Amino acid sequence: MEAHIIGQSVPRKEGRDKVTGHARYVDDLTFPDMIHGVTVRSSVARGRVRGIHFEGEIPWKEFTIVTAKDIPSKNCVALLIEDQPCLADEFVNHTEEPVVLLAHPDKYLLEEARRAVRIEVEPLPAIFTIDDSLAKKQVIWGDDNIFKSFRVEKGDVDSAWVKADFIVEGQYETGAQEQLYIEPQGMIARANLKEGVTVWGSLQCPYYVHKALVRLFGFPKERVRVVQTETGGGFGGKEEYPSMIACHAALLAWKSGKPVKIIYDRAEDMAATTKRHPSRTRHRTGVTRDGKLLAMEIDFTLDGGAYETLSPVVLSRGTIHAAGPYNCPNVRVRSRAVATNAPPHGAFRGFGAPQSVFALERHLDRVASAVGLAPEELRRRNFIREGQTLAVSQVIHEKVDMGQLLDRALNLSGYHAKRKRFQEENLRSAIKRGIGLASFLHGAGFTGSGEEYLASEVVLEATREGRARVLAGSTEMGQGTNTIFAQIAAETLGLEYEQIEILQPDTAVVPNSGPTVASRTAMIVGKLVESAARAVQQTLFKSGLLKSDYSAKDFADACGRYIDKFGALQSLVKYEHPPDLHWDDENYRGDAYGAYAWAVYVAEVSVDTRTAEVRVEDFVAVQEVGKVINPVLAAGQIEGGVAQGIGFALYENVVWQEGRMVNGQMTNYIMPTSMDVPPIRVFFEEIPYARGPAGAKGIGELPLDGTAPAIANAIAHATGVDILRIPVTPESLLSLLESMHA
Amino acid sequence: MPEAARKIRVQCVINGRATTLETYPMARLLDVLREQAGLAGTKEGCGEGECGACSIEMDGALVNSCLVPALQAEGAKIRTIEGLADDSRLHAVQQAFLTHGGAQCGICTPGMILAAVNLLARNPHPSEAEIREGLSGNLCRCTGYTKIFASIVEACRDAGKRA
Repeated sequence: MEAHIIGQSVPRKEGRDKVTGHARYVDDLTFPDMIHGVTVRSSVARGRVRGIHFEGEIPWKEFTIVTAKDIPSKNCVALLIEDQPCLADEFVNHTEEPVVLLAHPDKYLLEEARRAVRIEVEPLPAIFTIDDSLAKKQVIWGDDNIFKSFRVEKGDVDSAWVKADFIVEGQYETGAQEQLYIEPQGMIARANLKEGVTVWGSLQCPYYVHKALVRLFGFPKERVRVVQTETGGGFGGKEEYPSMIACHAALLAWKSGKPVKIIYDRAEDMAATTKRHPSRTRHRTGVTRDGKLLAMEIDFTLDGGAYETLSPVVLSRGTIHAAGPYNCPNVRVRSRAVATNAPPHGAFRGFGAPQSVFALERHLDRVASAVGLAPEELRRRNFIREGQTLAVSQVIHEKVDMGQLLDRALNLSGYHAKRKRFQEENLRSAIKRGIGLASFLHGAGFTGSGEEYLASEVVLEATREGRARVLAGSTEMGQGTNTIFAQIAAETLGLEYEQIEILQPDTAVVPNSGPTVASRTAMIVGKLVESAARAVQQTLFKSGLLKSDYSAKDFADACGRYIDKFGALQSLVKYEHPPDLHWDDENYRGDAYGAYAWAVYVAEVSVDTRTAEVRVEDFVAVQEVGKVINPVLAAGQIEGGVAQGIGFALYENVVWQEGRMVNGQMTNYIMPTSMDVPPIRVFFEEIPYARGPAGAKGIGELPLDGTAPAIANAIAHATGVDILRIPVTPESLLSLLESMHA
Repeated sequence: MPEAARKIRVQCVINGRATTLETYPMARLLDVLREQAGLAGTKEGCGEGECGACSIEMDGALVNSCLVPALQAEGAKIRTIEGLADDSRLHAVQQAFLTHGGAQCGICTPGMILAAVNLLARNPHPSEAEIREGLSGNLCRCTGYTKIFASIVEACRDAGKRA
């Protein structure tokens, strides 16, 4: 059958509701008798709770009040482990730790009441930096403050140094970054003996929330139901934290007997929910005179905050991506995520890779300079090719041509001419221009055996009218899940896009297709949609009711007759791990990901040396992502990711004081506006991946990895300043410029 | 709400319909529109006038409804996202956002579309720089703005064709 829908920019499935204002987000929903809930938090980074006092002239009797004592089963927000309490009981470990929950019909009075609760805490010494945590200045988690550590070994690093003509070292840091989805987090819960617990909310992973509620209430799984409402952006920020809010809303609903809505305001959302892990990376690189990488020793550390949450997994991805798309015979990566008394850091698009890739790509410019090569030339000499191995000893079986991506990116950006021209013009101008690049890869899907463990499921059901419904727990949060699933199903079944319906994720209705994270939805779950559609089609063929080369009407007739004769026409498919992918979790070696997206990004900047203001003037993003299912949506993913990367590189600076974010407002935490983004020029190369639906791979996280280092390299090119830390705010750049001229 | 506050009646025209709102004078117009007028298409992103998700038109001017006290709506002509489409026919800007990828998660979209419509009413053929400036009070975290600019350019082109 000829492709007719895959590769077309059909309008997004729920787009009409979104442009007319009819899409319903959690805060747009109300239930009869619904009351409002708020969270009272610790204001101390670490301490022992001595008392909770309800003060002020508040009619406390009218309020539903929940503390740790009211939790029916285990006091935890179950995730990988169960270390994070749902409500702090004896101890608090960060400044935003929830201690008390209040509910009342009047949300204005509720806010006054929240301020009238005094949580008496006897402070304990707290730690706020990676160094203090590693030095065990205070042990605040486990025996040693270490959530997780990894070690990757390839070749023999220790013997390689003597053969190196140059050894280049460096240390690089990245700051916390707030996801800043424009819809703040929120949940509505209904909970009673008769119905069990149901929550509706803004979330990425319905079955994460489900697991947390089951553990909190000690209910059987079928007594807990999680429904995703239209979600106004996630970017990882609605991966794990929604479980916390769902638990809180459900506890208040359970105690009050009424539906309870909790909506965070922006300040609470920014202060309390997760952010991208701050990181520190040290590189030591041995290289030959002609620019061949001989040895890479990488030490990567993440600040995980007060509880484990997803830190081990974020660390894993950062570790695996730390040595990039290069062929180096000897590599060692050591990494760890450590505890501090900050609110837990968590998932944010890229998931550890943007941190370690920033370090590597900035470092390679400095290696190139030490060798006396142009940055692009050093990379070109070391790009990985088919048959060679990554740092985790994964042999690349895909067709990969980083050299071609590089050439295309250099040509499209006018790199060589600009590099030369800027060098001349910069001598005569206070505004210095520069151009820089980054080359990188991003693995799609869960790492190693993760997908095997998830064992995702998808159901496709055909109706009597010849329409098809996709049932999956994968969520739409703007990235296009609904649309691409419909395109894949339509293409496979030979139906029109409009004939496919995507069911709202509701754990009472849809199977668990895994979390909507890790650039896995198109490639892994999309493939399951394709397989399920194919299975339904095969069922009709085998029943003799449908012959190949059918029309939509033939299909509908066949569905009708099949359902009359046999009942429901549906197929459930389960992920099967390809037998040739092997992962050794013990030694962190093997096939880390089924497929990678490959990319080269080029950024052009101008730096006003009087004000230290940096502007990104042009941005070229070239990537190989397998088959592009929907060009407009795919380009939109890259453009939006690049904009977030610009924020990560230049503007988004979380200011900490004693473990608390003190600039938790959109007024003083600055994300890119329409005035700040350059033309973002996106180009795809498409090499179909045999195991992706129609050949597609994952792209969601990719653009976060390479944007910031390309910009930092461009700033270094423009000014000669060695950029070792992002964000490069005007304040930090000014001091770098001043110290260079001192 | 302080006890002294009494509800007042505010008469205004919302999306072409004369409406009376009973509200506290200093209630945010955003809340009154969402909770009393049933117009939940106007969104709250920050509550402090930074993000523009709550943008509406008031007497032809684009305002952040989270910063407007309800009493200021007295006698005003208000247009929200629900007032743009003509029956089932989308406004040209809505259609362009739908076709050209201007909306992703959709939460900034109502405000963004109103900002675009407001811009085009003042300047039917804006340059790219004018589009950027016209939207600079509306934050979008998904799109990187690129497809939003493209949508507005296309909306102008379509409007030109029809004229």
